[in-house]
Amino acid sequence: MADVNRGNRPLSPFMIGTYYRPQMTSISSIMVRITGIATLGTAFLVVCWLLAAATSPDAFAVVDGLLRSFVGDILMLCATWAIWYHMLGRLRHVIWDLGYLVELDVSQKMGWGMFIGATVLTIITVLVV
Amino acid sequence: MVQFSLPKNSKITTGKTWPKPEGAKNVREFKIYRWSPDDGQNPRVDTYYLDMDKCGPMVLDALIKIKNEVDPTLTFRRSCREGICGSCAMNIDGHNTLACIFGLDEISKSTVTIYPLPHMPVVKDLIPDLTHFYAQHASIMPWLETKTNRPAKEWRQSIEDRKKLDGLYECVMCASCSTACPSYWWNGDRYLGPAALLHAYRWIIDSRDEATGERLDNLEDPFKLYRCHTIMNCTKTCPKGLNPAKAIAEIKKMMVERAV
Repeated sequence: MADVNRGNRPLSPFMIGTYYRPQMTSISSIMVRITGIATLGTAFLVVCWLLAAATSPDAFAVVDGLLRSFVGDILMLCATWAIWYHMLGRLRHVIWDLGYLVELDVSQKMGWGMFIGATVLTIITVLVV
Repeated sequence: MVQFSLPKNSKITTGKTWPKPEGAKNVREFKIYRWSPDDGQNPRVDTYYLDMDKCGPMVLDALIKIKNEVDPTLTFRRSCREGICGSCAMNIDGHNTLACIFGLDEISKSTVTIYPLPHMPVVKDLIPDLTHFYAQHASIMPWLETKTNRPAKEWRQSIEDRKKLDGLYECVMCASCSTACPSYWWNGDRYLGPAALLHAYRWIIDSRDEATGERLDNLEDPFKLYRCHTIMNCTKTCPKGLNPAKAIAEIKKMMVERAV
């Protein structure tokens, strides 16, 4: 078969949203990845805070001022949600890895559970702290 | 590699709008991916119009009608028209399925969009190059491996053991699941993908097969098996209603069980 164009074949479109339908399972999965990275970023900030506290009062005042500002509050609120969401996502992976509930309908429900659960747990955290 | 946009030669342009059928009352719009290897152009999306009062109920009927009556250059694979050959798998209305068993009435939008299976090299129009996909299937040894002497008549299997193959043997290798999987998009060169792994599991749990150890050894690899993150796009999209995610989870479980 004359296959002269093998090297120049285009890649068919794939992007989620524009070409592939977003769905509960894929979105809840990518969110686990995103919240994981976000949590690492927040951990870095907290380490900066501690380092600043160990360095000098001036340095501490800068970082502490940032974290205690309105922006800092929003950031920490988001981080709390991210940590809870990531934890629930990991819990879902533990359940799956034990071989349970690898079914579409339950997995979709667990996806909703992760979004709602993380939100509820964040509200509880805010009320308690 | 994680990738969020198409390479330069794959960017999609607006194509030709074909004339509407004359005198038709019930007209539906079809937007279809086109690419020809012969003209050096980028892929484009052509717009077609069909009289739905004179069109069959399935997406494949519409494609055949376009090819017969509007544009004979439109290229796609099809054969059995009853969901058993797996040839006409494509991305219809944002998810992968078989054009022959997916009804036009199942698409809620007025416009029907049809693209080739996602993140694959395109041979022409709606035809993806499945060479690598088939090679991956071959790599899992999709046949019965035995060591004991051949029985006089046949390899026997109990009814219970045969039942374990239900939900696995029905796979027609249409590639809908693998090309719906973001892990496969980004690591398809080394990750085997849901279809090949479902077939791997089909032979691993076959009571007559005697190469389970070798089969598991072959999958013990950071990429081949473990790029599955249970995203479940595979299960969601399977036109045959199978659950590759479950099969992969079972393989992962067997890996742990034999290690401890």
